[in-house]
Amino acid sequence: MRKIFLIIQREYLTRVRKRSFIVMTILGPLLMAATIIVPIYLATSSNETKKVAVLDETGIFVEKFKDSDEIKFHGITSDIRSAKSGFSKSGDHALLYIPKTEVSLPVNAIIYSEKSVSINVTSYIRNVMSKQIEELKLGARLRELQTDNKTPVSVDDLMRSIKTSVDINTLKIEEDGTESKSYTEINMVLGMFAGILIYFFIFMFGSQVMRGVIEEKTSRIVEVIISSVRPFQLMMGKIIGVGLVGLTQFLLWVVLTFAIVTAVTATMTSGDIKKSAAEQMMIQKHGMTPDISQAAPAANESANPMGGIMEAIGSVNFPVMIGAFLFFFVVGYLMYAALFAAIGGAVDSEADTQQFMLPITLPLILSIVMAQYIIRDPDGPVSFWFSIFPLTSPVVMMIRIPFGVPYLEVILSMVLLLLGFLGTTWLAGKIYRTGILMYGKKVSYKELWKWIRYKN
Amino acid sequence: MDLFSAQLISKQYANHKALDKVSINVPEASIFGLLGPNGAGKTTLIRIINQIIAPDEGEMIFMGRKLEPNDIAFIGYLPEERGLYKKMTVGEQAMYLAQLKGLSRHEAHKRLKFWFDKFEINGWWNRKVEELSKGMQQKVQFLVTIIHDPKLLIFDEPFSGFDPINANLLKEEILAQKDKGATIIFSTHNMASVEELCDDIALIDRSKVILDGAMRKIKKTYKTNTFEISFDSWEGPLQGILPETFQILDEKRDADLRHAQIRLPAGATPNDLIRSLLTSVTIHAINELIPNMNDIFIQAVTQQTIQPVMQI
Repeated sequence: MRKIFLIIQREYLTRVRKRSFIVMTILGPLLMAATIIVPIYLATSSNETKKVAVLDETGIFVEKFKDSDEIKFHGITSDIRSAKSGFSKSGDHALLYIPKTEVSLPVNAIIYSEKSVSINVTSYIRNVMSKQIEELKLGARLRELQTDNKTPVSVDDLMRSIKTSVDINTLKIEEDGTESKSYTEINMVLGMFAGILIYFFIFMFGSQVMRGVIEEKTSRIVEVIISSVRPFQLMMGKIIGVGLVGLTQFLLWVVLTFAIVTAVTATMTSGDIKKSAAEQMMIQKHGMTPDISQAAPAANESANPMGGIMEAIGSVNFPVMIGAFLFFFVVGYLMYAALFAAIGGAVDSEADTQQFMLPITLPLILSIVMAQYIIRDPDGPVSFWFSIFPLTSPVVMMIRIPFGVPYLEVILSMVLLLLGFLGTTWLAGKIYRTGILMYGKKVSYKELWKWIRYKN
Repeated sequence: MDLFSAQLISKQYANHKALDKVSINVPEASIFGLLGPNGAGKTTLIRIINQIIAPDEGEMIFMGRKLEPNDIAFIGYLPEERGLYKKMTVGEQAMYLAQLKGLSRHEAHKRLKFWFDKFEINGWWNRKVEELSKGMQQKVQFLVTIIHDPKLLIFDEPFSGFDPINANLLKEEILAQKDKGATIIFSTHNMASVEELCDDIALIDRSKVILDGAMRKIKKTYKTNTFEISFDSWEGPLQGILPETFQILDEKRDADLRHAQIRLPAGATPNDLIRSLLTSVTIHAINELIPNMNDIFIQAVTQQTIQPVMQI
């Protein structure tokens, strides 16, 4: 145990001290922050005013939507069928339909649009609606409490009892009035983002494991080391060490990105126009023109875009999402890293890895290619099988989870992934053990198969 | 007492037998030479001793009991294919390898300091391995092999990559380890160093031990009762004054003397040779021609080739 710890420690420290690690740690968040901030900035700074028709059958919300430079709301009273068929001629950007409910308060809304609706529009609508419902609920609760003031209620409990999340479906409407689903919901973005993150993480750090193994082989240190530790310990030590480097980098990215985004959006949306020199520098650093200050107050008046998005993010089932993400992130990496290590062990140089890379990269790339399809049909048989099969499940399951996947399926997928991890590690250990002691031999699949069958 | 012995070790790879019932006995505090042509199975045997790979059959006895996985702490191994992490500093690397052998951090540091002083390489501690010459790297490598005071040292081609001065330093160090009580298994093609260092040898060819035992005894069995004499005062043919059973293998002449190599029949002694020459020539020198390891090696391996083993 002490030895494997020594190996992990070496792998971790030598990598974290590298210049490339430090550069990546700084550049990554800048890039990610930019990809978050630029669309928000563009969305908030577009001059075109979007008109949104509101068909509110309940009548509670229609007055609550406030116009801004960006979005103008106007109520309509026709029935939904004629509103939809007349939509393309109306010149409206979107049609918000809040259907009447009989018993409970309305928590569903549908947005129809020809083009996709930007996240901050949906977020704003969601925001307004849930606030309104919460206010109504609060009022009702308070009246209730006045009549019956025997049971004391804590503020926390009160707040929790009125907390409401609003479900907004965005549907694409064609010119002839037919509809199809469109994909701007925050959970889709989140699922996709998580899936892509896992994909990159596996590729980046998996190939680092492979390169590490090749380095040990070409520098001929491997036999020195395996006279002190078992080959399997060396392999696992490297995989875990590199994985920890990846986690470190990932955590630093999350923290730094969050810090940058918060700082920049705070500047963007702060009510007063005066800009300190520091703020200006921050904005320029992200490649944005200083005229952002003109757009910022407007954005603030109508809907704080970050606030809206944060609100929307809050609607996702986070414990499940984060738990699943961490699991698929870590176990998916471990499974693939073992395969990468096996390839590193089998070849003499990085140039020889090509022929063995295909079976590893294929399922990963396939999962990303399938992502579009899976988003369209998250509960279909294809999505199901891809999210169960261990080599594709880390990416595909993460894309599916925000749509709501039965726990049983998630657990099945996790169990299979764990089995997949044990399987590939066992297999990789056998290839690795033989491969690291082979020099100057062109290895074929047939050869690998032989190594797997060796007894010891 | 044998520190280590391997008994009837066999190892089969997919289509060839790397080792076929190989047995060796390594006496304590001696140097044991493991010889053999390329591909004979030496490295496989060494890896089996280091428990890097497991034998299909056979067992190994170490310090009077079965060899155990934890025994790697008592073994120091310098492989033929050796190297270091290029991007690490010498000190860090040595610390890492020493700790992998089971030394505590503190102990590893203390011992490394001692050896770095002894080899006069203290200035290298913070230098990256890639800045070192190949010979310097070999020194570091040797040093971490012996850092944990192993009972059994295994060197696979230790002298490759060393210049003559450092090779000599290494030789002295190997002998010093032996004097300290370490047992050394030493695999090489360099027969001169075998002759200089080894007490016992085993010659492996085509997966089998074809010759083994104390080097002194092996040399004795390979003696052919051949003597070289240097003489003068006789210009006629030598065969004329020798008994017929005495065979002249070679004759030459330099400015002062004549030299001849003569093989005596079994049972004849050098005294018989001298006696027959004494009346006719003036003898200046007589030497027994003892075969060197190189000859024995070649002879043993080619004989093996003449009587081919059964091929499967």
